[in-house]
Amino acid sequence: MCGATEGGLSLDGVDVAKEAVVQGQVTRGGEPVPNAYVRLLDRTGEFTAEVPTSASGHFRFFAGDGDWTLRTLAPKADPVDRQVRAQVGSVAEVEISVG
Amino acid sequence: MSRENTLVSAQWVEDHLDDANVVLVEVDEDTSAYDKGHIKGAIKLDWTTDLQDQVRRDFVAKDAFEALLSERGVGNDDTVVLYGGNNNWFAAYAYWYFKLYGHQDVKLLDGGRKKWELDSRELTDELPQREQTSYTAQEQDGSIRAFRDEVVAAIGTQNLVDVRSPDEYAGRLLAPAHLPQEQAQRAGHIPTAANVPWSKAANDDGTFKSDDELREIYADAGVDFSKDTIAYCRIGERSSHTWFVLKELLGQENVKNYDGSWTEYGSLVGVPVVLGDDKGDA
Repeated sequence: MCGATEGGLSLDGVDVAKEAVVQGQVTRGGEPVPNAYVRLLDRTGEFTAEVPTSASGHFRFFAGDGDWTLRTLAPKADPVDRQVRAQVGSVAEVEISVG
Repeated sequence: MSRENTLVSAQWVEDHLDDANVVLVEVDEDTSAYDKGHIKGAIKLDWTTDLQDQVRRDFVAKDAFEALLSERGVGNDDTVVLYGGNNNWFAAYAYWYFKLYGHQDVKLLDGGRKKWELDSRELTDELPQREQTSYTAQEQDGSIRAFRDEVVAAIGTQNLVDVRSPDEYAGRLLAPAHLPQEQAQRAGHIPTAANVPWSKAANDDGTFKSDDELREIYADAGVDFSKDTIAYCRIGERSSHTWFVLKELLGQENVKNYDGSWTEYGSLVGVPVVLGDDKGDA
């Protein structure tokens, strides 16, 4: 399965020690945003992946070592860009607030 | 083909929600997305169970495709409008699949489910009732599907377009980054393949760029429009998106999708593989 399950793939059965996980939550005014789209852009700004947020506003990517940008699109909001550094064997948590 | 015959806007879909000859079909990578809400009247096709043989790695046979569409209430004369998540990756895959089996009138919803949601248009969990039909498919159209031997023979002679992200092309990632990276196949790309990520053809909201912009993107990447083209990705769905752009929007002749893609090629014994950002030599 190639699946972008909502909010990113479950970590069940995933060896996190071998993955550079980038994950977090999208909120608006402190409330989770369940219908946002988070895009992962590489160090040159090129699209690498996208997931819709879960019911609780969460998302997850399996990136590689290095610097990435998270671009969040939500209805009735301007796109929000956030920088993140990922590393294999660790989990980078990013909280994203949209207007 | 052209944009007018193959692509419809979200507004067009909203205006045709009650048109009995228009069948909306949702196809998502996340096969549960439909169940949580879909466009009114849309039926669901599950790419993992409905469109794939459950034993060997291949499509369902012609008779199984006929039985599937008959059971879901799709007629040969219906206008099929496909849409889905992931910027229409799997909807484009299903589009190519419908073309493979000879469906005449099939279109993509520009921007897919994301555009529909970002526009705050309505979704429902109500399931549509459609009368069973008696669908007849054509034999598979071999002119739009590439197999591995053709791909190896195309190195250095045809356009090979690798539509994965630059990190997957170079071998720094093995799968799109919403998936775990542990994979069985080797990393890298097919020698001489141009890297034109599928995403270059789309705006952030998932809609396609203009024909002029699209032509420039592929020409700048070294795609020679006078040659035949094979597009590939990891499992053949993102390359369906690019196949749609080259064949259906830009009207290029002789464009094939290699649905075996990297999960097949990267597992073949003895074929050449290039690591890094350069195309490599034939």
